[in-house]
Parts: sequence; C-alpha cells; structure tokens
Amino acid sequence: MFGETIYLDNSAGTRLDERVLEAMKPYFFDTYAVATSEFGYSMGIVAREGLDQARASLAARLGAQAEEFIFTSGSTESSNMALKGVALALGEKKGKHLVISRIEDFPVLNSAAALGKRGFRVTVLDVDADGLVDPAAVKKAIGQDTILVSIQHANQEIGTVQDIQAIGAICRDKGVLFHTDATHTFTRLPLDVSALPVDLVTVSAHTLHGPKGVGGLYLRPGTQLAKWMDGGFQEFNHRAGVEDIPSAVGFAAAVELITEEENERLRTLRDRLLDRVLAEIPHTTLNGHRHLRAPGNANVTFHFVEGESITLQLDMRGFAVSTGSACFSKSLEASHVIMGIGGDHERAHGSVRFSLGRFNTQDDVDGVVDAIAEVVRELRAISPLMPADEKER
Amino acid sequence: MAFPYNDKVLEHFRNPRNVGRIEEPDGKSTEGSPACGDMVAVYIKVNDETKVLEDIKFESYGCASNIATGSIITEMAKGKTLSEAKKLSWQQASEELGGLPPIKAHCSVLAVEGLRAAIRDYEEKSGLIEEREPTTVEVITKRLRHVMNPLRGLDVVRTDLIKDISFEDGVVRIVADLPADHQFAAVIKADIAEKIEPLWDVREVIISFTE
Repeated sequence: MFGETIYLDNSAGTRLDERVLEAMKPYFFDTYAVATSEFGYSMGIVAREGLDQARASLAARLGAQAEEFIFTSGSTESSNMALKGVALALGEKKGKHLVISRIEDFPVLNSAAALGKRGFRVTVLDVDADGLVDPAAVKKAIGQDTILVSIQHANQEIGTVQDIQAIGAICRDKGVLFHTDATHTFTRLPLDVSALPVDLVTVSAHTLHGPKGVGGLYLRPGTQLAKWMDGGFQEFNHRAGVEDIPSAVGFAAAVELITEEENERLRTLRDRLLDRVLAEIPHTTLNGHRHLRAPGNANVTFHFVEGESITLQLDMRGFAVSTGSACFSKSLEASHVIMGIGGDHERAHGSVRFSLGRFNTQDDVDGVVDAIAEVVRELRAISPLMPADEKER
Repeated sequence: MAFPYNDKVLEHFRNPRNVGRIEEPDGKSTEGSPACGDMVAVYIKVNDETKVLEDIKFESYGCASNIATGSIITEMAKGKTLSEAKKLSWQQASEELGGLPPIKAHCSVLAVEGLRAAIRDYEEKSGLIEEREPTTVEVITKRLRHVMNPLRGLDVVRTDLIKDISFEDGVVRIVADLPADHQFAAVIKADIAEKIEPLWDVREVIISFTE
C-alpha cells in the first residue's frame, strides 16, 4: 500500500531491514524459550546465548562491557529509568537537584517534570539560536545537591549535536552523574563511553532500521540506580520482565548493518536537501546548527505557511515528513524545540523536519524539494502573511 | 485511507474557493494570529441597497480544516444578505463539509468568526452599530462560547470547563476546570486570553486552573 511512499520521517521510526528480520526469526519459531541459566534446558540456554551475544555486540559498539548494557522497551523507558532511577537512589542520600536542557525530548523533559512534582528541583538550561547548550552554564547550574545532569547527544527535531565531551567532563569534575539521550546519534556519530565521561546513555533500535519497542541503557559500573519496575531479576536486577530476545537480537543486527559509508551518504543527502531548499525557496530559515548536526536530519521553517497544510499536501503527493506545528501535535502545542531556540509560534508552525534513512536516495531528496517548493508557493498564494507583491500562483 | 479528513474537506483544502484579497473592500477582518496557530483574513463587497454579500474572499494561514472551512463558508455566504450570513455557524459549515475532526474545531471556527467580523466591520463603517457595550460576565461568557474545548469539539462553556468568571476594575478572572498540566491547558489558556483581551475595557485577563 505504501510501496511508493517516499518516507522522510526516519527520526520517528524506520523501515525494518529484511536482514534484521532474518536474524530475529529463529528466536520466534525455533529458539523461542525464555533465557534460562546455564543449568536450564538446551533451548533456554541457546536463547540466553543469543541474548548475551546481542548484548555484547551492542555494548561493544558503545565501547562498553556487556554487563553494562541493559535492554529496555525503547528510549522512553531508558530515559525514565535513568532519571527516576538515579533520583530514587540518590534523592535522600545526596540531593534533589537535576539539570536538563530546554530542548530535551519528552522522556527526559517529562520525567524531570514528574520528579519536579515530587520534591525535586529541576534546572532547565536555555540553548542558543543553534540549539547548543553552553557547557559553562552546566557548570554554573551544578550545586551541592545536584545528582544528575541529562543533556541529549543530538536533538530529535533540529539535529543539533551537543558537546557532551565538555559537559561530561564538568560533571565528572563535580562528581555529578551525567546521562545523555543518544537516540538520534547511536552508531550515526562516534560515541565511545570508554573515552567519554558519561555515566548513562539512552539508545534505541527504532531509528536504526531495527524493531520498534526495544532500546537500551548503558550504565557505568558503580552508578547507583534504584529499580523502579519490580519483578524478577532480569537485566542484572535492573529491569524486571521476560526478555524480548527476538527484539534484542534484532537491535544488535540492525546496529551491525550501520557503517560509516552509510553515515557519510546520509550527510551528503542531507546537505543536498538543505542547500537546495535554502537556495531555491525564499523566506526559509534553517533550524539547528548547520554543521554540528545529526547526519540524517534537516529542519527548515517555511515562513507564512502552516506545517500541517504542508505535510498534508506532501502526503497527497506521496511524501512523509513531520512538522513542529501545533496543528500536527497531539497537545496542539507548538514545538518546544523551535520555541527553545528563540523561535516564535510562526517559526514553529512552518517548520518541517526531513529525516533520512538507509532506503532514501538522491531522487527522493530532489523529489521532495521540488514538491515542497510547489506546495509552499501554493499555500503562500492564499496566506494573509505573505507580502502581496511576492505572491504568485 | 484513514485521513482524519473526508474527501470533501480534502477537495476544498486542495482547491479552496474564493481565495485572495478584494481591493478596497467594504468590510474586512483578520481573526486569529500566527501565535495562536491559525489566521484568516476575510474581505467582503456589500450591496449598500440590498445588503447582499456580492463578493467575498478569504486568505488563510492555517491547517487543512481552517482552509476548507474558509472555502465552504465563503461559498455559503456569497449572495446572502448580511443578516442571513451573520447567522451561519461553524456547525453548519462543518455539516456542509460532511464533518470535521472535533480537535480541529478551534482552527476551523476562525473562518466563521472572520466572516462575522468582516460584516461587523462593514456595519461599523456604515454607522449601523450602536455604542460599545461595557464588559460584563455575560459578555465574557458569550465570547467564551467561541473558545473550543479540543477534547470535545464544543465550546468551553457548553462543556462546563469554566468554573468561575469575575470582572472587576478591568481585570477578568477565569477559572478553568482542568489540571494546570493538562495536555490542552496551555492551548485553552491562550485561546481564552485571545478572545477576552481585545474587549475595550479589559486591562488584564488572569486564567487559573482548578488543580
């Protein structure tokens, strides 16, 4: 049904790679047992070996040891686990202060807000016009009672990449834990916990042509983390529940397929898209940093038009993209990221995110630029905000 | 295909009728603002003798339902007398379009309000309007009937979302029966402020929530 759709919303979710499905299949139909201990039965032992291998492979990609990688149901759970787990473990002992940025994704933003209602103090740091957090501001925000700093690696909407090396070094120096949400950078940009001063890292398979509903949390040894989902002793007693072995194996398989060549190709496509849009369509503004940005992310505001109208018109032409417009969102609120980088409602409403993945080609990029140029021209022709002398139809 | 919009809405969205501006209109209005998300401008030509809307055009900065409602309401209004056109409601426009998603009511109601405001503009210019009336709780309530509750697609008064209204020394206080961190709290608050603040004798609007 959607074979013809040109899908440019890979930050939201990706098409599964067939090779990932092939890797997962045996764990549905052949080795379908739960992971047992080495004293269990054969099928359970082999299932556990599959899980262990997936874990080792994912951990290695982060420069970590296998036992430092906890499987979760995705980034939302990982970030909840990081913020609430640390808060529960250290709130009484050390302090009740957290530091995040204004443009974090909802799992971090709303976990912090939930803790804020339970007696924690949350400092929300501003970002500059490109979306960058100033490491000096992190340093200034940290106090005696600070237990955790959570600053994303790259932004979900505008792709801006933070200096997590510098931020992590400050946290390390101050003896404060540092969590980063790497949902939009894992395997796409270098992220090596053996070199980076980071204690907890959120990752997910859904942005990497892996299955939806599986993610992970890197946890530096010695990090205090309270268990908040109780049950069995799975995942080194950090996360109870029957392990989803097919998904874990799929996650590892997806990650193994990502290469530096592919990342370079995404960067080239992204640059072509941005260069063309900004040069060919008047009244456009780039959202996010021009160079410090995730490889597959392009985000542009088309002034004087509203994003839902753009996405719907593009959908009718066979392109899938997303927008920061209030009309598009479930809360009817404009993108907190565009507002966070100093944008106004108009900039948020006209913002469109194009996110590229493995299956996109240069033709897709050229096709969407041509289509959006036409759509924006048509919508501006009927917009009361568009200067009259520039209207054409 | 599970678009939230039916074919008729999509057709009006793709090919909106009566779009553009009228040079030297007899009445015009701008409703909404980029800040609230959607904006429409309505321009009318009126026959001074018969009071018939001879021409009407609109411009939209908005989502699909906003554009489609602008298209249908201008079609419905064209050729009607001012008093007939004034009575056109969002419900009628929505019915004519075969239904709109309730959550989109607040975007589409703008076009209807734009039409009424353009007519009022004409009436004011032609000296057909009386003195401006002082704000009362009744006036505020009437305006709040144009603020949509996105949960229901009906206005906030009818859906009992307004707990209390007071007006004293130019300050309007409104209490909404919602938690302050509700999904739609910020949007409803902005909508209310936008409807009440323009009243000529209102200095300040304070909106609070029950939790």
